[in-house]
Amino acid sequence: MRASLARFSQRRMGLRRSLALAGLLLAAVLCSACSPDREPAAPSTVKLGQRMSAGPWGDISRGRYLVHAGDCKACHTAPGGAPFAGDRAIPTPFGTIYSSNITPDPETGIGRWTDEDFYRAMHEGIDRLGNHLYPAFPYPWYTRMSRDDVRAIKAYLDTLAPVRQNHRENELPWPLGQRGVLAVWNGMFFDEGTYRPDPDRSAQWNRGAYLVKGPGHCGACHSDKNLAGATDEDDPLTGGFAEHAFAPNLAGGIRDGLGTWTGQDIVQYLRTGRNGRTAAAGPMAEVIEQSTQYLSKPDLEAIAVYLKSLPATKDASVASVDKDTLGRGAALYVDNCAGCHLGEGQGELGAFPPLRKSTAVQAQSADTLIGVILNGARIPRTEAEPTGLAMQGFADHLDDAQIATLTTYIRNAWGNHAEAVDAGHVEDLRETLRKSPDG
Amino acid sequence: MARRMPPVDVVLVGFGWTASIIAQELTDAGVQVLALERGAWRDTVPDFATDHIQDELRYAVRKQIFESPERETLTFRNDASQTALPMRHLGSFLPAAGVGGAGVHWNGQCWRFLPQDFVIRTHTEQRYGKGFIPEGMNLQDWGVTYEELEPHYDRFEYLCGVSGQAGNVGGQLVAGGNPFEGARQRGYPLPPLERSASTVLFDKAAREVGFKPFPCPAANASRPYRNPLGVQMGQCTYCGYCEWFGCGNYSKASPQTTILPVLLQKDNFHFKTHCAVTRVNTDHTGKRATGVTYVDVEGNEIEQPAQMVVLCAFAQHNVHLLLVSKIGQPYDPVSNTGVVGRNYAYQITSSAEVFQKERLNPFMGAGALGQAIDEFNGDNFDHGPQGFIGGGYVALWNTGGRPILQHYLPENAPKWGAGWKKAMHENYLTACSVVTHGSVMSYRSSYLDLDPTWRDVYGNPLLRLTFDFQPNELKMSGFLTDKAAQIGRAIPGATVHEKKRQGPYSIVPYQTTHNTGGAVMGNDPKTSVVNRYLQSWDVPNLWVMGACAFPQNAGYNPTGTVGALTFWSAAAMKRYLKNPGPLVTA
Repeated sequence: MRASLARFSQRRMGLRRSLALAGLLLAAVLCSACSPDREPAAPSTVKLGQRMSAGPWGDISRGRYLVHAGDCKACHTAPGGAPFAGDRAIPTPFGTIYSSNITPDPETGIGRWTDEDFYRAMHEGIDRLGNHLYPAFPYPWYTRMSRDDVRAIKAYLDTLAPVRQNHRENELPWPLGQRGVLAVWNGMFFDEGTYRPDPDRSAQWNRGAYLVKGPGHCGACHSDKNLAGATDEDDPLTGGFAEHAFAPNLAGGIRDGLGTWTGQDIVQYLRTGRNGRTAAAGPMAEVIEQSTQYLSKPDLEAIAVYLKSLPATKDASVASVDKDTLGRGAALYVDNCAGCHLGEGQGELGAFPPLRKSTAVQAQSADTLIGVILNGARIPRTEAEPTGLAMQGFADHLDDAQIATLTTYIRNAWGNHAEAVDAGHVEDLRETLRKSPDG
Repeated sequence: MARRMPPVDVVLVGFGWTASIIAQELTDAGVQVLALERGAWRDTVPDFATDHIQDELRYAVRKQIFESPERETLTFRNDASQTALPMRHLGSFLPAAGVGGAGVHWNGQCWRFLPQDFVIRTHTEQRYGKGFIPEGMNLQDWGVTYEELEPHYDRFEYLCGVSGQAGNVGGQLVAGGNPFEGARQRGYPLPPLERSASTVLFDKAAREVGFKPFPCPAANASRPYRNPLGVQMGQCTYCGYCEWFGCGNYSKASPQTTILPVLLQKDNFHFKTHCAVTRVNTDHTGKRATGVTYVDVEGNEIEQPAQMVVLCAFAQHNVHLLLVSKIGQPYDPVSNTGVVGRNYAYQITSSAEVFQKERLNPFMGAGALGQAIDEFNGDNFDHGPQGFIGGGYVALWNTGGRPILQHYLPENAPKWGAGWKKAMHENYLTACSVVTHGSVMSYRSSYLDLDPTWRDVYGNPLLRLTFDFQPNELKMSGFLTDKAAQIGRAIPGATVHEKKRQGPYSIVPYQTTHNTGGAVMGNDPKTSVVNRYLQSWDVPNLWVMGACAFPQNAGYNPTGTVGALTFWSAAAMKRYLKNPGPLVTA
């Protein structure tokens, strides 16, 4: 497996990068950003809330809520396609995986699945016919969900209109197309098991941990992956690659983590797509639009409590950047960025996000930032923040060396401190993003 | 035979400022709204992105975002004795095409008209007597008062995030604002823009002369802003590319930056681009609109049935549609009867260019960054000794210092070559211009009708404009220009070049896109096309928005009043929807 992975990786990369790309093959592809422009946030007109009462209506309502929490629709809906009918192409450096139809169509969807079949898929990653599912479907996280919650999701999915849409064959080269490989993978890296509350922690903390480690499957992107694309069992959330972006550290690091964020900052970010410290960009923008904005305030607060309890990581020591680079970077910044992000990187509160002291800007990898500079970004459109302020890309405007200098400057100006970026890396990322349908 | 689409509740012709406001209001009231726009979809990113929008040649010179005369133009003559000819290039005014309409390319100069402007006939007769109104001037009251419009001005200003200094809050004068403005319920949503060196010069000079200068109201956000719909704007960067450009920084109010993010999420709103409406259809009685016919980009003629039709295109296009749809009696200047096309008016502008020594850095500007005086607007001064009606503001706008079109050279400067370059070099950073912005009254001799000869690509007769500046306006403008020059001369070390507007009106050089009238509002169906709520007298399920409703033009830029009238009309439409029928009995 190691050898074949190496063969398929075409980019110049260090060991760390190889690990990350390996991760892309089998996991972490859930959060890809390809929502078309002006995709509506589509808030429901009637607030149904999260009914917890027993009985069919309670199950359906809770299932609908959990489907948001699990961000199921994002992957199981093709651009412009019927919701939950699958067929979304999920590109990986090794081939394309197509999501499945989870509407209750008996032939092509899950219409013939029993609750037990569905639970097995969510809990063990095995479909009704006994086939192993690719962990692009995040069953390593969903396995932690309670039987009741999984049943509620199925109850909701059963209410959808059946859509006939066959599952397209994944385009994976041998031997990755052989599902038997997955049994080996599961044996090595997959730990089946429902979330067990920590009795030493509060109910709120446990609820947050459940949402983060279970339905939210945050670690799929925000945790580092091993060679085979599996995350550490502890799901440390210290940052990881998500397609071509870097999902930053959610642990308590001061420079690149959530150490300086308050719980309220986390709640506001997940509910609205932005806060006084940053705005969502890259794959997270879609996660907020389609998933977290719909979570209840108590659940968002629980997530915040859990994330704030994560131990602080030690900020990596980083070489300081030479004066000449900073000088050239400052000039590029004034010409291209200062109009909106202002002279000291302070941004405009309520409009354009700050770059100063931004944990996203100082993330371990600059890839998200470089991607935003190359291709632009749009702040998520949520019910609370409907504007969707956008930034244009500078791919046609700045060359690789300029973007490297600018990125290095932004990561090291105004008290920021993070690793410098070289032009070769920008060149690689530019090429990768150009080829990516989501780029 | 036109293809027929499924019916909608409300169809809007055009998708600019007025359509966006109407759509937002009526979808809130629960009806299905469809907007038909003849131009393209446009958004801040990528269409106005700052990496390419500041391109003067492309946008200001080659007029990238305006309507193309190949598709729609008009014929022009100064008076009825002449033969009108079609405009093959636009000049004096530049209507837009595309989503957002002129709301994309305006400067953001967002004024309220004066209380007397809305009752100008009554007011003039009371103060100066009937005999003061010249023969041939169709001076008319609006049928709506400033007090009625005030809440709607307020809504538009808060929608746009207007930056300014109030001068009269609830009847109490506020220092630093315009002391002549009508009472407003509260101050502007944002503080004034930062002043530039030239507006500081103007302010000082105007005070020295004895006037009360104030910062012009600007729909350019001086601070980050969140409007009542929850839509956010960024603060202006003073890049100097407002007028004729889209804003790349979310700072200039436009439908895109204030309404569309919310409107476009609604299930009961849809819009189509590249659909040119060619006809408003009526039933056999001619008293009820049944929808519109449009032509798509393939040339297909398509009928769109609707319960209600709202004309939201540019002023003269609304008039053109009424005329080709044969709705309302066309105006006949000979007998001074009929209404459609009646009371076309415009704006009269002039300047006093100032050459002095202080460095002004004019390139740091904003579309509505200016300082003005209002002593000579409306009836803020005694017109008796002057012998004319109307007025205007005198202002110094620092809209920008674009290299091709925005510079001032002394009268005697060479027009080309080394001498021209030298004069440019010596004056670019230091010259500025004090401008006047005058009202234009309506006359029997100024009107819109259908051209007997020329047709557009759809086979409809072109609109014909018959217009000239009248002695009343030239006199008034001359008076204003003298005031501008007086302020200019009070600037230390200044040489002033007074550029009075001369007749006849020329449609070639750009002046303003403040075309008004042709489908005016009022309380008398004999002299107005729409009632005081902008509802057609003849076809009660047809409404006409925009500056075509102005019975004559005041001495201010029109957009603030267009916005207020649209909110005012939308409120009336909501009443109409509950009980359809004429809201005013003729």
